[in-house]
Amino acid sequence: MLYGMLAMFQEAAMSPEAAKEWGSLFGAGIGIGLAVIGAGIGIGQIGNGMTQGIARNPEAAATIQTAAIILAALIEGVALFALVIAILFKFV
Amino acid sequence: MNLLATLGVLQAGGEAAQESGPEGGAPDLSGMLMHHLTDGHEIEFGFLGWEKVIHLPEWTVHLGALTLDLSPTKHVVFMCLAAMLLLLVFIPIGWAMQGKYTARAPRGFANAMEAMVLFFRNEVVRRNIGHGADAYTGFILTLFFFILAMNLLGLIPFGATPTGNLSVTGALALTTFAVTEISGMRELGFKGYMRTIFYAPPGIGGAGKVLMLVIMTPVELLGKLTKPFALMIRLFANMTAGHTLVLSLIGMIFLFGHLTLGRWAIAGASIAMVLAIMLLELFVAFLQAFIFAMLSSVFIGLIRHAH
Repeated sequence: MLYGMLAMFQEAAMSPEAAKEWGSLFGAGIGIGLAVIGAGIGIGQIGNGMTQGIARNPEAAATIQTAAIILAALIEGVALFALVIAILFKFV
Repeated sequence: MNLLATLGVLQAGGEAAQESGPEGGAPDLSGMLMHHLTDGHEIEFGFLGWEKVIHLPEWTVHLGALTLDLSPTKHVVFMCLAAMLLLLVFIPIGWAMQGKYTARAPRGFANAMEAMVLFFRNEVVRRNIGHGADAYTGFILTLFFFILAMNLLGLIPFGATPTGNLSVTGALALTTFAVTEISGMRELGFKGYMRTIFYAPPGIGGAGKVLMLVIMTPVELLGKLTKPFALMIRLFANMTAGHTLVLSLIGMIFLFGHLTLGRWAIAGASIAMVLAIMLLELFVAFLQAFIFAMLSSVFIGLIRHAH
């Protein structure tokens, strides 16, 4: 794997266009990976809170579920900010 | 389920029409993605090989040095289609509610729409905006149904998603921003509204107050601007991400089309995943329209109750 990265660096050092393309794709990939990790952790926390809340108070299940879905959509929105920036990396 | 499977296959067929011209052997994936996701001047549809391409006119207006491109592009046409769909659905329901159903509960489709409208009025608008909420019910409901119609139009075969265009969601967010700020100005008066921007916590001395004002004013201004920005990006990214995923999965079929042995298995797996993701997309279409409308009502409520 280290040899592979060495080869990547070498090719990137060849010409500015190759370096730009490599760098932008690399940055986009790492950025979107980290963003998805964050979204996964966040939505997992919502799931945690939701199941605990419903377990403690089964009558409020509908309210808790509605709130959980809305919060999940908001967190997805944040992850998709990162997606938009990553797409910006690739195409601009 | 069968209907959705047919939709999925028809969508795949639609993409096939685009990628059937590879240059030199490798299918043009990013070109196909760009063609389907971005705006264009052509509307295409077809069925099992027969194709029809409608070329939309290009209207550019020159106002002296300024050149405006006012041509009806694909997304504009689909926005008008969504608007006409809404008019066709809701004007007859309005007539029915005022004519047939003044004394008894509505039946059928009017019943369904009334349920949704009442849900929005009670749970979303009145809960978030408080007093004077009924004036905003029309706006919030229009936001929801318009965005829903645009999202759903993107899911039918050969449809385009106008909300997958940053300009469209930007215009919707700008409208929400205008309604929020103007309603804040009307509710709080000019001084009260300025106090939401130049904010200093009460009960601090002279120098502390100046310091707080200097620090908090850019923060408040940025806060006012990031909320509609977030609305815009959230809707755009949700719609575009879903479509990109579906198109990439279908494009994978063409990417592996040269394998003689595994390509049918790959095609089957790809279509199965496309089916699941289209179901998720349906859910996301409803959810994002609801979130946009709900957040708009929350912002209006927040600024009206700022004091």
